[in-house]
Amino acid sequence: MSFSIVNKIRKGAYIDSVALMQISRQLKELDGVDEAGLMMGTPANLRIMADAGVLSDIGKTAAPNDLVIAIRARNPSSAETALKKAVDLLGSPRARESGLVWRPNTIRTAVAEHPQANLAIVSVAGEYAAAEARKALRNNLNVMIFSDNLSIEEEMSLKQEARDSGLLVMGPDCGTAIIGGVPLAFANRVSDGDIGIIGASGTGIQEVSCLISRLGKGISHAIGVGGRDLSLEVGGMSTLAAIDLLDEDPGTRHIVIVSKPPAEQVVARIFDRIAQSPKPFTICLLGAGKKSAPANAAIVSTLKSASEHAAGNKLRVEGDLTVQSGAPQMKTPGLTIRGLFAGGTLCAEAQIVLLDHNEPVHSNVPVPGSSLPDGKRGHLLLDLGADEYTRGRPHPMIDPHVRNDFLIQAIEDTAVGAVVVDVVLGYGSHENPAAVLAAALAEHGDARPQIVASVCGTDRDIQGRRTQISLLKDAGVLVAESNADAILKALSIVRERDGG
Amino acid sequence: MVRLNMMEFDSRENRPKNRLLSEKLCVVNIGLEQFAADLRQMDIPVVHLDWKPPAGGNLRLATLLSKLED
Amino acid sequence: MKKDNRSKIKKANAEAIERMLSGDPVWIDVVPAGQIIDGLKEHLILHAGPPIGWKDMCGPMRGAVTGIAVFEGWARDLEEAEDMAGAGEFEFQPNHHYGAVGPMTGMTTMSQPVMVIKNRTFENLAYCTINEGLGKVMRFGGNDSEVLDRLAWIRDILGPGLATAVRDLKGIALKGVVGRGLTMGDEMHQRNIACSALVLRELSPALARTTINSSELSEILTFIGRNDQFFLNLAMAMGKAIMDPVRNIDCSTVVTAMARNGTDFGIRVSGTGDQWFTAPVEMPEGLYFPGYTEADANPDMGDSTIVETIGLGGFAMAASPAVAGFVGAGPASEGFSYTRTMMEITLAQNPEWSIPAMDYTGVPTGIDIRRVVETGLTPTINTGIAHKEPGVGQVGAGVVKAPLACFEKALIAFGEKMGVA
Repeated sequence: MSFSIVNKIRKGAYIDSVALMQISRQLKELDGVDEAGLMMGTPANLRIMADAGVLSDIGKTAAPNDLVIAIRARNPSSAETALKKAVDLLGSPRARESGLVWRPNTIRTAVAEHPQANLAIVSVAGEYAAAEARKALRNNLNVMIFSDNLSIEEEMSLKQEARDSGLLVMGPDCGTAIIGGVPLAFANRVSDGDIGIIGASGTGIQEVSCLISRLGKGISHAIGVGGRDLSLEVGGMSTLAAIDLLDEDPGTRHIVIVSKPPAEQVVARIFDRIAQSPKPFTICLLGAGKKSAPANAAIVSTLKSASEHAAGNKLRVEGDLTVQSGAPQMKTPGLTIRGLFAGGTLCAEAQIVLLDHNEPVHSNVPVPGSSLPDGKRGHLLLDLGADEYTRGRPHPMIDPHVRNDFLIQAIEDTAVGAVVVDVVLGYGSHENPAAVLAAALAEHGDARPQIVASVCGTDRDIQGRRTQISLLKDAGVLVAESNADAILKALSIVRERDGG
Repeated sequence: MVRLNMMEFDSRENRPKNRLLSEKLCVVNIGLEQFAADLRQMDIPVVHLDWKPPAGGNLRLATLLSKLED
Repeated sequence: MKKDNRSKIKKANAEAIERMLSGDPVWIDVVPAGQIIDGLKEHLILHAGPPIGWKDMCGPMRGAVTGIAVFEGWARDLEEAEDMAGAGEFEFQPNHHYGAVGPMTGMTTMSQPVMVIKNRTFENLAYCTINEGLGKVMRFGGNDSEVLDRLAWIRDILGPGLATAVRDLKGIALKGVVGRGLTMGDEMHQRNIACSALVLRELSPALARTTINSSELSEILTFIGRNDQFFLNLAMAMGKAIMDPVRNIDCSTVVTAMARNGTDFGIRVSGTGDQWFTAPVEMPEGLYFPGYTEADANPDMGDSTIVETIGLGGFAMAASPAVAGFVGAGPASEGFSYTRTMMEITLAQNPEWSIPAMDYTGVPTGIDIRRVVETGLTPTINTGIAHKEPGVGQVGAGVVKAPLACFEKALIAFGEKMGVA
């Protein structure tokens, strides 16, 4: 079999050996090229090239400071092509972009490179979250733990360590926070202002911050403390730390606390601490029943009243909330409300409003006074973001489609007279939840119970609150000005049907 | 019996002061990349970690590490 | 109890780093190995890497063993040497157990001259043979007459010649040479040309003064001048001299040695003493000289990873970014990423060895087994690739990683020692 050897010498040219080896490799990939070598003409290298069968008489004359290009190919034209390519590659300094963006692998290295870092957001799988949160604390970072499924012992241990180090742990299961006006994780673009929020849950913070923003006031910071912070075991460590921070913050004038009912002794501790503060507090302990508040605090039972109380004015009713003409009428009048919530706290608030009106309420996450679904008569309010619905499925705030099946079920249930849904906007949420809802309803045409929605968000959110409201109204959905108002509207609809 | 976690009212002056609310936010993000992307869009300094479970997910080694690490 | 362990480890590691950074390695002499290495004797052959027996040795290692046996006069020819080796007539020991290191096959025996490095801070000595140069050499398993003749010349002319010159200079301090080399594109594993040139510059006047025979002088200067990797062996002995005083610090998780024998990769850790933690070597990823491919490559071999152990080589890739090009189609700018990645697994930066192009970042120093296991990032090593047949020589160069298993085993042993495993 014949072959062609072609050598070229560049006198006095020095090119780094690695660059040369990379060029050789590219040449070897060309059609018809058997072997290629680019090396400086030292005796050792010439020997290597000779052994490889690429050296011609020309190449043998090279001096140590000369660059030798040596190619062995199937035929002269392949050899020449390869030679041209070699000269080409040698001539053009590669401006090749590195695809590699170097990222730190550990918190330690990240902090070493960015000493001004002050907050870690941890959203890895629950089994790893505690360890990462601990590393964050050890590296002097405050931590927002978005992950859930940490044990209560891990939570206690982390919050103790944080307290000893003068750091804050938000969460676990903290979906929402706002620090210095910056929305974190699932949060909304709200107005800046002087009202601080301490919240045990994401959507509680979202609803209050959005309502306050719509009421013409603004938020300084919103600190999420996790749903178990006010338990007996955790003892309110993060809540107390948050109160300290907001007390010391000159930009905060009024503090709103939103929580589920806490353990008795913990309530006492929190109230004692509140009493020591010079600032006024609004406390919303969903479902806690009557309590006596410290002098500088007001206790309310809904997110809406907390927002109105803190902002110092009332929500205006937006537009006409009467049942729109042309809206589908029911054939059989159902008398119960079905609530399908993406936000757990919104579900809780809805339950409380109904209980306040002496209605029987069932829920998969019952507040005191509600019961688990037991087949008996009553309204059914579901938190679709709860664990049992999100195993292996996306959360309804991220993907509203998962609510559709429940929606259809509710529509087809003759006992249901009204359906309440929450449409949550902001960072992390689906880009167009109203459209998803409207599409599901469109497929269902005519006779159906009235759908009542509230839109938790602002016009500055990506989804645009006004746009979302329009889409919903066009689909025949009644839009209430808050979650509390939505459930009230639904109640008035079924009571009307019931004859008052 | 559950140990009641009562906060001792040790003087707050003894604990280091937390500057989170007064400093410019600078975030280290571990986990969902979307959070870092959102922050970057807001021009907030954020470092997203190239994170993997410690010890490649080997529970025995991860537990050992947790007892030996700084 | 837990907190107790952690602070002990922290303290021990601080001590380890302090010892590493305060080392003062000086090339003070060249001496026949049998005259200075305690315990070196007839039929004892020191090799690279962790302990290994004849039957497990790879091709190049066997070639080197038979060659050195003939060289020392223990066997008449290579065949007899092979029989003797098979019959157990030679004792094989790691260089590391005798205060020495050797590149590739790493043969160290009685009559070979070794360069002697003294760590003046701790007064300990370390040894390495003189680099044979490129091509057909014993470190790649070469054992023909060309190789043995060269070794004889090294024994009779080069060794003694260098000894006189080095003593005349009252030693050559090496830390500063390395510091300068880092600014000139060396990383001291695959790139040693700047440091080799700097050392030759210091040696030449002394050689001129002390070498009586002018043709010998010419041979010596030519030999060293032609060898781009002359400094490698000095860098290795320097590494050994720096790391030996860091051994045996109770509760320290710092790696004190990394070495390969062509079959196994071994590491030693300060807090677990002289125990080797081994795992099969990995295959380098790299570029090959004309005529060769991965199929020709020998598995990773040599004590030269002592260089990475002190923060050079693959750890200092940012100083020698072209070397990053060995891996895949990576551009030189990826050299920075390699060095930054090594910072994830080390405890400190060396203020005396810094990389100008990386804003004078000091090289990552003090490999911590905890961090290796935590991140899964293992030390990156810049290495030459030998042909798997003895005596052919280097066929390429590339990057190889230390096996994670070594560090996992070490961590478990360390944990047991600390009473927490």
